[in-house]
Amino acid sequence: MSLRAPAAMPGDRAVNEALAAEFGVSASEYEVALKALGRTPSYAEMGVISVMWSEHCSYKSSRVHLATLPTTGAQVVLGPGENAGAVDIGDGYCAVFKMESHNHPSFISPHQGAATGVGGILRDVFTMGARPIASLNSLRFGRPDHPRTKELVEGVVAGIGDYGNCIGVPTVGGEVQFDASYDGNILVNAFALGIAKQDELFFGRAEGVGNPVLYVGARTGRDGIHGATMASASFEDDAETKLPTVQVGDPFMEKLLLECCLEIFASGCLAGVQDMGAAGLTSSSVEMAARAGTGLELDLDAIPRRTEALTPYEMLLSESQERMLMVAKAGRENEVIELCQKWDLEVAVVGRVTDTGRFVCKATAGFDPLTGEGERAPTVAVDLPVDLLTDAAPKYDRPQRAPGVEMRSTLPSSAGVAALASPDAALAPTLYELIGSVNIGSRAWIYRQYDHIVRDGTIVRPGQGDAAVIRAFCGEHRKYLAMSVDCNGRYVQLDPYAGAAMAVAECARNVACVGATPLALTDCLNFGNPEVPETMWRFAKAIEGMAEACRVLNVPVVSGNVSLYNETAGRPILPTPTVAVVGQLHDLEDHLSMAFADPGDRVLHLGHPTQGRMGGSELWTSRFGRLAGELPSLDLQAEAALQRCIVALARARVLKSAHDVSDGGLAVALAECCIAGQVGASATLPGEGPHLHRAFAEDPSRIVISCDAASAARVEEIADEYGVPLSPLGEVVAGDALKLDDDSVSVAKAAHAHRTALDAVVA
Amino acid sequence: MPKLIARGVRTAVIQFPGSNADWDALHVARDVLGGDAYYAFHKATEINGGGAIPDLVVIPGGFSYGDYLRPGAIARFSPVVPALVDYAKKGGLVLGICNGFQVLTELALLPGALTRNAHLRFECRDVFVRAEGRGAFTEGVDEGTVLRLPVAHADGRYQCDDETLRRLDGEGRVAFRYCDGEGQLSTPSHPDAPSDALANPNGSVANIAGIYDATGRILGLMPHPERASEPELGGRSGTHDGKHLFNAALRTLEQTP
Repeated sequence: MSLRAPAAMPGDRAVNEALAAEFGVSASEYEVALKALGRTPSYAEMGVISVMWSEHCSYKSSRVHLATLPTTGAQVVLGPGENAGAVDIGDGYCAVFKMESHNHPSFISPHQGAATGVGGILRDVFTMGARPIASLNSLRFGRPDHPRTKELVEGVVAGIGDYGNCIGVPTVGGEVQFDASYDGNILVNAFALGIAKQDELFFGRAEGVGNPVLYVGARTGRDGIHGATMASASFEDDAETKLPTVQVGDPFMEKLLLECCLEIFASGCLAGVQDMGAAGLTSSSVEMAARAGTGLELDLDAIPRRTEALTPYEMLLSESQERMLMVAKAGRENEVIELCQKWDLEVAVVGRVTDTGRFVCKATAGFDPLTGEGERAPTVAVDLPVDLLTDAAPKYDRPQRAPGVEMRSTLPSSAGVAALASPDAALAPTLYELIGSVNIGSRAWIYRQYDHIVRDGTIVRPGQGDAAVIRAFCGEHRKYLAMSVDCNGRYVQLDPYAGAAMAVAECARNVACVGATPLALTDCLNFGNPEVPETMWRFAKAIEGMAEACRVLNVPVVSGNVSLYNETAGRPILPTPTVAVVGQLHDLEDHLSMAFADPGDRVLHLGHPTQGRMGGSELWTSRFGRLAGELPSLDLQAEAALQRCIVALARARVLKSAHDVSDGGLAVALAECCIAGQVGASATLPGEGPHLHRAFAEDPSRIVISCDAASAARVEEIADEYGVPLSPLGEVVAGDALKLDDDSVSVAKAAHAHRTALDAVVA
Repeated sequence: MPKLIARGVRTAVIQFPGSNADWDALHVARDVLGGDAYYAFHKATEINGGGAIPDLVVIPGGFSYGDYLRPGAIARFSPVVPALVDYAKKGGLVLGICNGFQVLTELALLPGALTRNAHLRFECRDVFVRAEGRGAFTEGVDEGTVLRLPVAHADGRYQCDDETLRRLDGEGRVAFRYCDGEGQLSTPSHPDAPSDALANPNGSVANIAGIYDATGRILGLMPHPERASEPELGGRSGTHDGKHLFNAALRTLEQTP
């Protein structure tokens, strides 16, 4: 324990309980810090403690729950704990992936917030030694007519595009939902996947006492200071005042960093590496030391900078982008330096690994390498135990309270329900309305702003199937991977356990519907304030539901991220535990799209027909203007059988198309198959209840498939073998008509509504 | 069809620090066409890759030096440029794709300029182009042949003065024009019209998608033939029309003494 207080530095403020509170550290947490240190922390130390103990870095409210998620399986190469997780894809290669939120920054500054979200997740992947080859994103915006929605959508999409397009990683898929609960707190969740050899993965470990620590990449500025703290607090209608906490992205710099890092990794001169993400230099140093059980000593005078008169506090808390911290093997730092020179990147030896278990930073008060001012005479500015900042950081099992039934599930007026249940309710106009709604319509306006084909690997493009399919070049092998990202916050709001399980089920089903076997999952758990017991209850229940679904469907969680305090002025978002599932195709020829192909093909319904429950559905939500009713039930065992069955059908090559039934129900799914194939169809709607319910109920575990007449018997055999119900719907028909029972819909008219759906927001 | 490898054809892919379709070009030249291909790094002062003079140089897509100023503007000052220009002036085959097209105009190896798309957004989708001009990358491709190729750019709106346009037209140097699936050119449209309704994805003058230099051996185009040269890309509804350009280059090389 160091009782000697660090030297004063320029700009230091008095450290006390009030400053701690300003930094988001509670009075009781401040007491913990005082007690552990045996003295008052310095200003820089207080900054370090506050960001490391922030919800964003410490997972203090979520850790006890996250520990219950299944994280193992034969396919898992690396579970949670590193910068990203990894799954085996054969021949010694693995897919490395993770998803992360950039919600708060994107709400404050949509373009930069979203762009740096992409940059951050890409660094998480390539810091593992993997070349990123695909991105996805999951976005949530407020109601379409909210005054900020247009600007936020345009800014976020352009920001994601700018970053991904420039660095050259294709954005191959994603999802978007609009709901008034996101009016004051949008969600931007970014996913990235890379490929590495299993025995060439790199880890964020400061291994080897005496090894030099190098700083590589962009110079440090004052952007993003306290970004992690900002991301760990609710907005109070004051988001615009937090602009200085948002980082600024430079995708060209990151492209240089990516290529340089991959060459440095290949040279074999590194002992460990970590990107400087949230909490920048501080978290990368501390986490690397913690994982290796070592200490780290940094010379802050040596930190490359772009701004004059930076203080230790500012250098330690800056979240300037496109920076990496590397630990080189002793004596091999020159190899790192030479490669950085090749790629015109800033590089400096800034410290060394120690055996003290402490995070020590030295700096000279008043010294500035940019101006040459000051004589270099470094003194200790920070001296903190690593474990106090990591394992011994505060951890909470926060109180939970189940919301009253009325808060979760109010029944709409019986007259409204009866109107939708009436046999006179018109189907065709409802279908045009739903398929042209902002939550169901085409996302082409968005994905056309993303380069989704760079790197010559995109097999199934956005909008063509239920999941993206890409090929990964693995030495002389080619691997075909599928991926999807999903969550319906309405379901989670109505029933967090079932809703979260349904998110996992739908995501894995999407991957299965293109013919791939789901392998593993990454998550991004977006919730409101965990100090509100009802929110904490939803969080805990959602984790339980996810965990169960992951176990039954055999998609272990290999990485993830938690984003709490997603609320403004006490109004929380819909609980949104977003999940992304990665799967693998056995063979490219197995891949399926959603498009109906040839007139005369049989159209079939795989799975149990609807039971007619409408809770959380797009139809009811749009009609009643609020969440209402009871969720359809999810049978995980039936879901698992369904997913195995669709993969078996794909591998038997007896199908022409497959498309899962989700938002908007069976009628919307059929219309989407027709639109994609530019053909008509004729179908009877199976299931229980009035015809609008059979058309638009959103029961999970259902897939619309088509096959030629000659294959129908084989399809039936395979469905039987897996114990999955199969019912005939009808057939693909030439022309423009989609016949649903006695109603007829124009495919061209539906296609127009679908194509122009986002005009309501961005036109 | 002649095989590139039979002639031992060498393809150099220029690698600026921000090139990002360099892999796409290398992959097609090497793995799809079976030739010998390598990267020519931007800091090198030669493009021979330590061997023979290449038969084909590809300037790939991407963001050469970040392109924050103007696409290709900094690339003009790149160390590799003198060797590239020397190669081009001596009659070497040069294919500038997307950012490569932008770089070729900045180097004045091709006339005109590529400016921000009319609708001001990045645009990634398949478009149709009609082959028109006579040159190395359309050798043996019938005039009027319609190809489906992907575009992915924010700055693809070709612009030039009237005299240049007359010259390009008069000398048969417009290699490709955006068209509909039947080969019909679209009439000028209002820039605010929904971009997916337009055959011309960026508002280029005279629907120009690609042009040749005066010798017909340097081609710049915005669409990406190297991302559409394999049957498996783009799924069951994908296109591999891009291979026409590479096969044409190969025919040209066969005829080159």
